[in-house]
Amino acid sequence: MELLEINKVNKNFGVLCALNDVSVSVKANTFHGLIGPNGSGKSTLLSIIAGAHYADNGSVFFNNNNITKTSPEMRARNGLSLKFQITAILPELSTYDNVLLSIQSGESIWKLISSKSKGGLHDEIMDVLERFKLSDRAYTLAGELSHGLQQWLEIAMSVIRKPKLLLLDEPTGGMSPEERRVTGELLMPIKKNCTLIIVEHDLDFIKDICDNLTVLDQGQIIDTGTVEQIKESKKVQEAYTTRV
Amino acid sequence: MKQFIDRKLLSKGNTLRVIPIIEIVLLLLLLFTPLFVSDFLTVIVTRMLILCIFAISFDLCWGFAGILTFGQALFFGMAGYAVALLANKLGFVQLWGIVPIGIIVGFFVSFLITWFLLIGKRAPEVIFVALGTLTAAYAAERLVSGWYLVGGGNGMSIYDFLKIGNYEVEPGIWFYYISAAFLLIVYLVSRYLVRSQFGLVLAGIRQNENRLSYLGYKVQTFKAIVFCFAGAIAGLAGALYVHHEGFIGPGNMGIVLSTYVVLYGLFGGAGTLLGPIIGVIAIESIKFTLSDIDVFKSYWPVILGIILLVVVVYKPSGLLGFIVSQRERIGSFGLMKKNIIEEIEKKK
Repeated sequence: MELLEINKVNKNFGVLCALNDVSVSVKANTFHGLIGPNGSGKSTLLSIIAGAHYADNGSVFFNNNNITKTSPEMRARNGLSLKFQITAILPELSTYDNVLLSIQSGESIWKLISSKSKGGLHDEIMDVLERFKLSDRAYTLAGELSHGLQQWLEIAMSVIRKPKLLLLDEPTGGMSPEERRVTGELLMPIKKNCTLIIVEHDLDFIKDICDNLTVLDQGQIIDTGTVEQIKESKKVQEAYTTRV
Repeated sequence: MKQFIDRKLLSKGNTLRVIPIIEIVLLLLLLFTPLFVSDFLTVIVTRMLILCIFAISFDLCWGFAGILTFGQALFFGMAGYAVALLANKLGFVQLWGIVPIGIIVGFFVSFLITWFLLIGKRAPEVIFVALGTLTAAYAAERLVSGWYLVGGGNGMSIYDFLKIGNYEVEPGIWFYYISAAFLLIVYLVSRYLVRSQFGLVLAGIRQNENRLSYLGYKVQTFKAIVFCFAGAIAGLAGALYVHHEGFIGPGNMGIVLSTYVVLYGLFGGAGTLLGPIIGVIAIESIKFTLSDIDVFKSYWPVILGIILLVVVVYKPSGLLGFIVSQRERIGSFGLMKKNIIEEIEKKK
């Protein structure tokens, strides 16, 4: 079953055409990579899926619902989760509170005011912190974590909400090779019940963890297919080699 | 996945907690001040207590929900006028009635403003809300100053004292303790709210409003709830104020008082609940002292203005910022650090 279907989406910023007739479909429980040179429209596509921007025309279907004009918070409530390119953790809250804030988002306002649920969520939060190697920094302010740990915290915040579709915008940006490898390991276990769309520059990283790839250039899709198909694709090689 | 536990990292940010100490000192002052000062000063301090309630309502908006309201006096004044009309036209001055009426009027008016300014498809800009509330307060001030029924520019005096049953409460020690009780209740309820899981969402909104909507929070709803709650508190303060001063005029619902409440908050330290209380005490005391000294009599507002400017520019976290760390100000919402350390060590 297709979890996400993007049909002929266009997006212009003034005279700049960021996306031109882009269609992508993503199967449930697969890891899908978006690659392409800078300015090719990867992040724009991601923000259209997450609701940060709305498509000029075309449609976006998620879980068979048309979400083309839905607000970001409704998309988030329906199981979509985004990790920003620039880390957007809340720096003045502790690591633990960042995760708590993320996991309690589905609760009613009354429950939040009465503070009843935090005891019950504790074990789950500690498990996730443990998994992402953050448990010994549970009480540290998120802003004082190293860059790599902040990235993991943000992935942890997305993962703990058990999204159906997780969007990661450059999760390994600014990480050391060792940290990248660990990030890949941290992501693999979520494949059982989560679909992932990932934007990355690091091709080695992306080809290790993704099942399918879509290559974008100048707002258009050049090719899409499995990692092997993309490796062999003439069109992709042409685009990458002929670019000046 | 065995992990190295670094206790130093866990204990980072562990400094002496100052807020509980200030709370205890202020509580003692609140309980015993009238026993040591003259009747005249008791009346002055009662007025400060009522302004403290009002200042807390501003702090909830700006310090916690990030709503810059420049028209908080609108709710204060509306409730005040409603209570004054009741006293003058119907002779109703019972405490059990005027308090809920003040709260309801404050809530209702702030709800209307929320409807126009805060609840929309996308979150409004801070400046939009600031100008919107400012305009509303200004319009209301102009309206009452031209309206004969409510005394026009002269305002309204009420001649009956506040009553509990048949007992009349004159401004003085009893009025002091009634106001103190309300201040305590308002403080404790607000404190509970901002330290709950709801308060965690507010802390998130203050730091990165945009991020919160990607976590699935409808930010405007949270802001609207805080704004209406704060409106209700301002209404309560307005109702008490009118009966304490025996007077309400256009000046009590317009820009001047709205600006004062912003200054109380910023001067004392926004986002702490205690800050505005200290702000009220500090500003009102300076005002009271300076206006009594012959040399300063004519230009005390200038001196007050300079002091405020210096604090607001050089110490944006206000007077409390000198002794309360940023970490303590924001606080911790999940489990206490102690429990987390214990748990990690147990696992180890």
